[in-house]
Amino acid sequence: MTAPVSISLVVNGETHDLTVPPRKLLSDVLRDDLHLTGTHVGCEHGVCGACTILIDGQPSRACLTYAVQMEGHELTTIESVADGETLSPLQQALHEEHGLQCGFCTAGIVMTFEAYLRDNPDPDEAEIRDVLSGNLCRCTGYQNIVTAILKAARVMRQGKRS
Amino acid sequence: MKPAPFTYHRPGDVDEALNLMARFGSDAKPLGGGQSLGPMLNMRLARPGHLVDLNDLLELDYVRDLGDVIEIGGLTRHHRLATAPEVARDLPLLAKAARTIGHYAIRQRGTIGGSLVHADPAAQLPLIAVTLGVDVVLRSVRGERVVPAADFLQSIMTVDLGEDEIVTALRFPRQTADEYSSFDLFSRRHGDFAIVGVALTLRFDAAAAAAVEEMRLGLGGTGPVPQRMHAIEAAAVGNPIDAETAARLAAETAAAINPEENAEVPAAYRRELVETMIRHALLDAAGKRGQK
Repeated sequence: MTAPVSISLVVNGETHDLTVPPRKLLSDVLRDDLHLTGTHVGCEHGVCGACTILIDGQPSRACLTYAVQMEGHELTTIESVADGETLSPLQQALHEEHGLQCGFCTAGIVMTFEAYLRDNPDPDEAEIRDVLSGNLCRCTGYQNIVTAILKAARVMRQGKRS
Repeated sequence: MKPAPFTYHRPGDVDEALNLMARFGSDAKPLGGGQSLGPMLNMRLARPGHLVDLNDLLELDYVRDLGDVIEIGGLTRHHRLATAPEVARDLPLLAKAARTIGHYAIRQRGTIGGSLVHADPAAQLPLIAVTLGVDVVLRSVRGERVVPAADFLQSIMTVDLGEDEIVTALRFPRQTADEYSSFDLFSRRHGDFAIVGVALTLRFDAAAAAAVEEMRLGLGGTGPVPQRMHAIEAAAVGNPIDAETAARLAAETAAAINPEENAEVPAAYRRELVETMIRHALLDAAGKRGQK
């Protein structure tokens, strides 16, 4: 049926019961139905990376996913990254290194690299630039984002050791 | 940038998916990772009435060693192809190519079957499938068919796939340990669609160590489908790959292709790219020989 269907979505550990049309993009459901507006919408065809969230822990484009597909999967959005007022090491490094200006792309970059640094704790600059190519930023010129990610990786490695 | 309305189906196994495809036929599209179909739907270039979501069919997500053949399930994600040690060992050309598909987040969702069926003329997986001589396994309620990749890919975004069929697996001839691979793409923006892609494998004669015994050379972006350059491959056999031979084979390849002329990418530009990239690929693959 193209008519709305009932689904239940697990987002940031909370279960939400919703009724959505099958064609409704996950990015729109997060923003409009769940009011989680930290996930931004840019190009709506997978190119810009602004809507990147985690599906079962892996970075994915929310604009290329339908909410109806996500029953039984765990979704993680930018709203869950900070612990109250305490920023994650990656968010803190982006703040300290001036890794954002307007901030529109930042949520997608944070979600991409929270997962990437979890799986690759000691990346070099070339690897970071390769992954960062999936997130468009029109303000910074990327230099400070790369510096911030390198710094965050260092901080996270030290945190693990201590 | 929102898709037209569709009815959503989430089959739990392959048979259920095939029954849905048979029932809805031309009005249905199978949905894999959605990294190509998603944009097509959002831009309304595709407006199927029914989407059959294959993402629960975990039995199609595998890399299986069948001896001389490595079989890869249609739902296997690019990220796995790019990072699995067994793929790097048995199909290094595929592993190298998979690392360049789209972006990190795209590779987490995108599937090998979906990329092949989408058949973008410059995409990585169709190029690798043609270069390595992959067999494509198709299933429908009518049964199973196996089609060589070179026949499966018919034209731009056009493949030999029935309305009720899905790609369940790709069968790759295992690359031998004495084979050297090179893969390169040229695109204007990192991760964007390539203008030209080059895939190459080289094997040297064990007796006359410096001479090529077998070469496979594939080009993407130079025509409606990826092309194997059989005449160039034959011309390489028996020769050592030094700077002079590499330059000659690269020039012969550039002369043998007939790329499309358009304002964005002039044919002469694409031809020069092919020449440079093949020269580099030959020297890159041959250079790895000394390192073993």
